[in-house]
Amino acid sequence: MQTHQYDVVIVGAGGAGMRAALESSKEARTAVISKLYPTRSHTGAAQGGMAAALANVEEDNWEWHTFDTVKGGDYLVDQDAAEILAKEAIESVLDLERMGLPFNRTPEGKIDQRRFGGHTRDHGQSAVRRACYAADRTGHMILQTLYQNCVKQDVEFFNEFYVLDLITDHDLTTEEIAAGEEVNATGVVAYDLATGELHVFQAKSIIFATGGAGKIFKTTSNAHTLTGDGMALAYRRGLPLEDMEFFQFHPTGLAGLGILLSEAARGEGGILRNSEGERFMERYAPTIKDLAPRDIVARSMANEVREGRGAGPNKDYVLLDLTHLEPAHIDAKLPDITEFARTYLGIEPYTEPVPVYPTAHYAMGGVPTNIKGEVLRDGVNVVKGLYAAGEVACVSVHGSNRLGTNSLLDINVFGKRSGRAAAEYAKTASFHELPEDPTVRVVAQLDEMRNRPDGERVADIRKALQDTMDLNAQVFRTGDSLNEALTDIRALQKRYRNASVQDKGKLFNTDLLEAIELGFLLDIAEVTVVAAINRKESRGGHYREDFPDRDDAHYMLHTMAYRRPPEASDKAEGHVKGYFDHVEEFDGYKVVLGSKPVVQTRYEPMERKY
Amino acid sequence: MTATLEATAPSSAGEIPSFTVTLRVRRFNPEVSEESTWEDFTVEAHGTDRVLDALHKIKWDMDGSLTFRRSCAHGVCGSDAVRINGRNRLACKTLLKDVNPDKPITVEPIKGLPVIKDLVVDMEPFFASYREIMPFLITTGNEPSKERYQSPEDRARFDDTTKCILCAACTSSCPVFWTDGQYFGPAAIVNAHRFIFDSRDEGGSQRLEILNDKEGVWRCRTTFNCTEACPRGIEVTKAIQEVKRAMITRAF
Repeated sequence: MQTHQYDVVIVGAGGAGMRAALESSKEARTAVISKLYPTRSHTGAAQGGMAAALANVEEDNWEWHTFDTVKGGDYLVDQDAAEILAKEAIESVLDLERMGLPFNRTPEGKIDQRRFGGHTRDHGQSAVRRACYAADRTGHMILQTLYQNCVKQDVEFFNEFYVLDLITDHDLTTEEIAAGEEVNATGVVAYDLATGELHVFQAKSIIFATGGAGKIFKTTSNAHTLTGDGMALAYRRGLPLEDMEFFQFHPTGLAGLGILLSEAARGEGGILRNSEGERFMERYAPTIKDLAPRDIVARSMANEVREGRGAGPNKDYVLLDLTHLEPAHIDAKLPDITEFARTYLGIEPYTEPVPVYPTAHYAMGGVPTNIKGEVLRDGVNVVKGLYAAGEVACVSVHGSNRLGTNSLLDINVFGKRSGRAAAEYAKTASFHELPEDPTVRVVAQLDEMRNRPDGERVADIRKALQDTMDLNAQVFRTGDSLNEALTDIRALQKRYRNASVQDKGKLFNTDLLEAIELGFLLDIAEVTVVAAINRKESRGGHYREDFPDRDDAHYMLHTMAYRRPPEASDKAEGHVKGYFDHVEEFDGYKVVLGSKPVVQTRYEPMERKY
Repeated sequence: MTATLEATAPSSAGEIPSFTVTLRVRRFNPEVSEESTWEDFTVEAHGTDRVLDALHKIKWDMDGSLTFRRSCAHGVCGSDAVRINGRNRLACKTLLKDVNPDKPITVEPIKGLPVIKDLVVDMEPFFASYREIMPFLITTGNEPSKERYQSPEDRARFDDTTKCILCAACTSSCPVFWTDGQYFGPAAIVNAHRFIFDSRDEGGSQRLEILNDKEGVWRCRTTFNCTEACPRGIEVTKAIQEVKRAMITRAF
């Protein structure tokens, strides 16, 4: 075991983590710990753009952007946070340009902008060009630019180190914290993949920027490595997860594969058609049609398939039609995604429509934070020295459905904010003592998994999990389907206790790490489903066929979910009394649900029509 | 990159029949033996399966100890560059049916970097070369309060080299790099090109000075292996030629 001491430790080296590092490393001694080489992070797979009301190509302003974000999130967005997101978007884009990001340009040389789903002029009048972009590889450019600037600033990285535990000075799963008492995050434990050695990082500030959890689903745009590690670690340590029932299904995944085809395809004029060639979005969103927000488009597509108007031999997908666009235009604006269609499906998008179907894409929920990025340990109190940013976090700027281009924005705005706040805090804070043996939990977990002589294969359990989530907790959900998923997950949690790995070695043991990641996936899938069962309404990305309407009277609240031992209390501070309190007992632990009010500033909830 | 299927290929997923394929994988585990060996695995594959899918089938259903890197699985993260039938490619971007599945398909680690285990190599020397060419925008004077302007033509000048995903397929396909690990290698030069030809950048002379080193750009023998290897379709050799020319003319 090795120990390290840093003022700030950042976990994750995607967009949010590196944006935070660029701030904090200027002010405080900073280490970035990442399970991948930074340039492998999934920010690099983002395609279409980053929203900011620069008004470079047409009239726009950040207030319209705020409104679109709030409406797009079906009013579950915290409006103070959305306002910050939209306002600071402008500086965030300019920051990236000044760091060297090669944006596409207008004829006068300004940053070019294009249309994207749900982004409108003057509160829904028509689509507006707000997305700043670099062809269809905007995320790639952001990731490269941030990494380049980390190289320039000599940021210290620990690559291929897996953070497997978060250390706090109180046990939040069992302890009742007295009013006014501080809870501090004190360090993390990381596993060095190359050597199998454990490293303890003591830190004054810790930022979680570990990304999403798309691998709880089978059909997903997410990387194999997006296994919800940060969310699950926080959750296991007694911190709440917020709004986990809201998962975004991106409308245009390559059919059967889930590989993302950017919404920019529709922003540039692409049209969705059913087997009859009909532009069906005209029926579902008469004003902005194919550029409606993702939840609406995904549901419409699934509905077309369900009603028998799907295309292909099995009538199980719809078609993304780009054939009316000039090939030169496609090459200039959408080179990568058209290549995906050619490489993986053998489709030539110049002349043939591309088979597409919704793909699990983005977790709106996550580790709750305030607008500084500080992590909440209940409805009101923070953990001192603990921050989260990016997809792992829930600020909440995305509410129940994120608008396209708002995630590349989120990582930049809240990555920067959390980096600054973490460094600022580290200047005045002191190190807190670590427990005598900080690695005890991780050692036990790894030894148990590695030493179990034989047992069930990790891959079989993971596949069963992904199958049930796709079948029962996808675009359309019912109480029955979700309960089915929960029953399956419970059985899989039991099977997981008997899983074993074949690689018993120390060096580069990815077999072992996949097994650990499966544990994270199971916990995240479980809390997602429990929260989805409990929310008996339809809102944004969460659609209950048995409760098809939004129910503001009962559910205009964020879900807060805790995992605790059975004997622990069911209470948590800051919850709205009497609203969807629920305790779900499991074998050896329980999931406690509560609620947190939505911050509303200037926008009254309205019916959501496009 | 262009289409990898012939025009006659069926136009939707699931229509291509399943087939069996043998992967002949180069194995190395220093915890077990200092020697590396070939091992054959036969798996059932679907029509649209890629080499990465076959590697996963082996790891998940047959031998969990098979070790390789991967993440995004669709050719943008750059984790899974390997040598497939003697050519550097991304495992996630190479369809099995396109590499003659009738014969065993060989899969080995990329060359010229130390092998850690099975298909995993030590990427540190590769990233060290990258860092040396100052891969970041260098400017002088005050920062503008808005964006720097750049014409679409100036932006297009370096577009090709912005596509690099640092997978090392090019560098590890270069015969000069195999024999001389000190050579910067194509990827580092590509990333220098990306900034040298960016109209906003003022560090071109410094980078050219670095690449004028005896281990720099002049070691390139124009064998075009790198261009052929690049999974992003970057004209790597052309970029290197442009850097060489800039070195002589100091015009960029």
